[in-house]
Amino acid sequence: MDVEILARVQFAFTIAFHYIYPPLSIGLGLLLVIYEGMYLKTGDKKYEQIARFWIKIFALIFGLGVATGIIMEFEFGTNWATYSKYVGDIFGSALAAEGIFAFALESGFLGILIFGWNRVGPKVHFFSCIMVFLGSMFSAVWIVVANSWQQTPAGYHIVGEGLNARAEITDFWAMVFNPSSVERLIHVWIGCFLAGAFLVLSVNAWYILKKRHLDIAKRSFRIALVVATVSGLLQLLAGHKSADGVARNQPAKLAALEGHFDSSARADMYLIGKVNNKTQEVSGISIPGGLSFLLHGNFTEPVKGLNAFPEDERPKQVNAIFQFYHIMVACGMIMIGMTLLACFYWWRKNLFDKRWLLRAFVWAVLLPQIANQAGWFAAEMGRQPWVVYGLLKTSDALSKSVTANQVLFSLILFLGVYFILFLLFLYLLNRKIQHGPVDYGTKEHIDEGSKRDNPIMDHES
Amino acid sequence: MDTFLGIDYNIWWFLVFGGVISGYAILDGFDLGAGALHLFLKKEQSRRIALNAIGPVWDGNEVWLVIGGGALFAGFPVAYAAIFSAFYVPFMIFLVGIIWRAVAIEFRSKEPMGWWRKTWDIVYSFASIVIALSLGLMLGNVAYGIPLNAEKEFDGNWLSFFNPFSILVAITTLALFMMHGAIYLTMKTENRLFAKLHILANNFIIFFVLSFVITTLYTLLYIPHLSDFFRENPLGFIIPLLMVLTIANIPRQIKKGKYRYAFISSSVTIALLLIMVALEVFPFLLYSTSDPQNSITIANAASSPKTMKILLIIALIGTPLVAIYTSFVFYTFKGKVKLDEMSY
Repeated sequence: MDVEILARVQFAFTIAFHYIYPPLSIGLGLLLVIYEGMYLKTGDKKYEQIARFWIKIFALIFGLGVATGIIMEFEFGTNWATYSKYVGDIFGSALAAEGIFAFALESGFLGILIFGWNRVGPKVHFFSCIMVFLGSMFSAVWIVVANSWQQTPAGYHIVGEGLNARAEITDFWAMVFNPSSVERLIHVWIGCFLAGAFLVLSVNAWYILKKRHLDIAKRSFRIALVVATVSGLLQLLAGHKSADGVARNQPAKLAALEGHFDSSARADMYLIGKVNNKTQEVSGISIPGGLSFLLHGNFTEPVKGLNAFPEDERPKQVNAIFQFYHIMVACGMIMIGMTLLACFYWWRKNLFDKRWLLRAFVWAVLLPQIANQAGWFAAEMGRQPWVVYGLLKTSDALSKSVTANQVLFSLILFLGVYFILFLLFLYLLNRKIQHGPVDYGTKEHIDEGSKRDNPIMDHES
Repeated sequence: MDTFLGIDYNIWWFLVFGGVISGYAILDGFDLGAGALHLFLKKEQSRRIALNAIGPVWDGNEVWLVIGGGALFAGFPVAYAAIFSAFYVPFMIFLVGIIWRAVAIEFRSKEPMGWWRKTWDIVYSFASIVIALSLGLMLGNVAYGIPLNAEKEFDGNWLSFFNPFSILVAITTLALFMMHGAIYLTMKTENRLFAKLHILANNFIIFFVLSFVITTLYTLLYIPHLSDFFRENPLGFIIPLLMVLTIANIPRQIKKGKYRYAFISSSVTIALLLIMVALEVFPFLLYSTSDPQNSITIANAASSPKTMKILLIIALIGTPLVAIYTSFVFYTFKGKVKLDEMSY
């Protein structure tokens, strides 16, 4: 296999694996702030119990996010040296800003969040919780800014020619607020909130079904349900804004998302379907003129199709892009439906009797994960063959000194390591959930403490 | 050339980058060192205390690596691209070390079984050793230089990274971190564990001094281009002289029982060591051994002046903030380690 394919597979794999964790950290971070805030406001120990339980899970998720994230920062240099030279001026400043403004904040206060219960008062602990959450939100800002610049470059000029060409900043704020930054950031943030909220919903739905920790399970379920419902509805708006932006800034990508080949007068919108890349035909269920309507407000306005672009400037795997995009939208719709239904039953006061719905929520933890991954793949594959849209082709971005064997070696290394990590992660997450929240200050806690954590009881070796 | 306070931007960013790397080596240095000596501690309780001594801070320490990576990417993209693509194999090993170490710390405490904890102890310790050695190996090769072609891309065989000089630097780095980590742990422990670490610290000082002396002699004898700077600038000898003094001060403070001063001394030693390397290589970021014309310097690797200006502003705002909350976290967890229900 050639270096380009291997390097792309490696990047896709390492980022997809990484992208399981930060959205969970951000979403859980928001819920932690709410739970700790409730504790501080009401003084009710139950909220402390909820917060402590989720902080332990947060630590596990955060650890994996950091470990897999450090790889990403250096992969630009190892596998994509030409790209790094090309965009260093711009991409580098965003990464440096992320490190110093966001990641440092998050990791600094994380120590207090996890280990600080007996070292600082509840107010300082709550403050640390907010700082960790803000740090993770700022991280998303800089990463999405850097990625959005690749999608819709702005605030730069090109100096040098051929191999020595590179982008240089002319306007920092124009680079940061490039045409797609804000709408993509909001879309990503809300996706993170959904990931966190659905994890909490899933675990608590399971507790309620199993009749464990009922009081606190119901409380945390309700709060997470509010977060999930609001986020889901906001995502409808944010997602639409995002698609609108793609139509404006990356018409070839939008055409690929909808499998739209010819710039016909009436662009259909598919709910479900299959694209034949060769015959350029789409089969499935569609709303005639739906895409035209969504983008232009009337059913007959033409939308630019893929064939309007030169052959080497449009993405090739149209079916894959189409499917990823539609999977993301479908997951979003199911989440919205589920949360609205749950709210309806909550209002009717029989939410926790609907066992089928609770069972569905146990599995629904996968929906935001699938949506986030699919959305990411649609966004990144839709950008092809450009690594920086309209400026630099992916095939020109590689490290020239790195051989296929080296990339293959590291790819296999990461596949192996991540596979083991993922199994261990699931195992430990499951154990934490089985173990459940500990009631601090009661007999159960003291017994549990002496079994698990008391150093005196630890055997000596 | 644009300047700020009379010094041009490229030099400013070289200083910032050097500062971040020193910060990383000093901070992650002690927790990597604590990891490297972890298996010297035999009792389960000792290991838990040692882990909890670095528990609340190691994550924050590692951030300096991320900031350093970002700083190099942003300020000297050509060097960032060349260094990481050239050091592909050792760097991948380093990264795998980083992953395993992070998860070993996180996973260890999650199950009470003896075999589970012992397994993660071994993973944690070996990963720390691998990280320290590969960092040293890369530092050695950066100082020595590697073959680069006219496009400033690596033009050699990765096996050549394992040359005697770089291996010596790698061992010295490991020894330095182990000494640094042992001293840190003496500040955080009591009673018998403390007594054990006191002895370990003294042993690692000897290990470090030996490997440092051998590496220095090897450099003076076989690698003339690294000692050129000192031959041309006799005033520069102040740095190695200071280093000898700070190193000598470490056992002196330990003997007096002033572990905090010993720790400050070993931190200063790390900084001086890196300053020495920086003086030796300056103005090169990556010296080309095949043709010096192809070397990467702070001038030909730098970002545009505009970006340099932006980066300096980011650093000027960001650094004090990081300093404030890092101090706050260290202050919160000052004193000897006490285990409680949230400990590892």
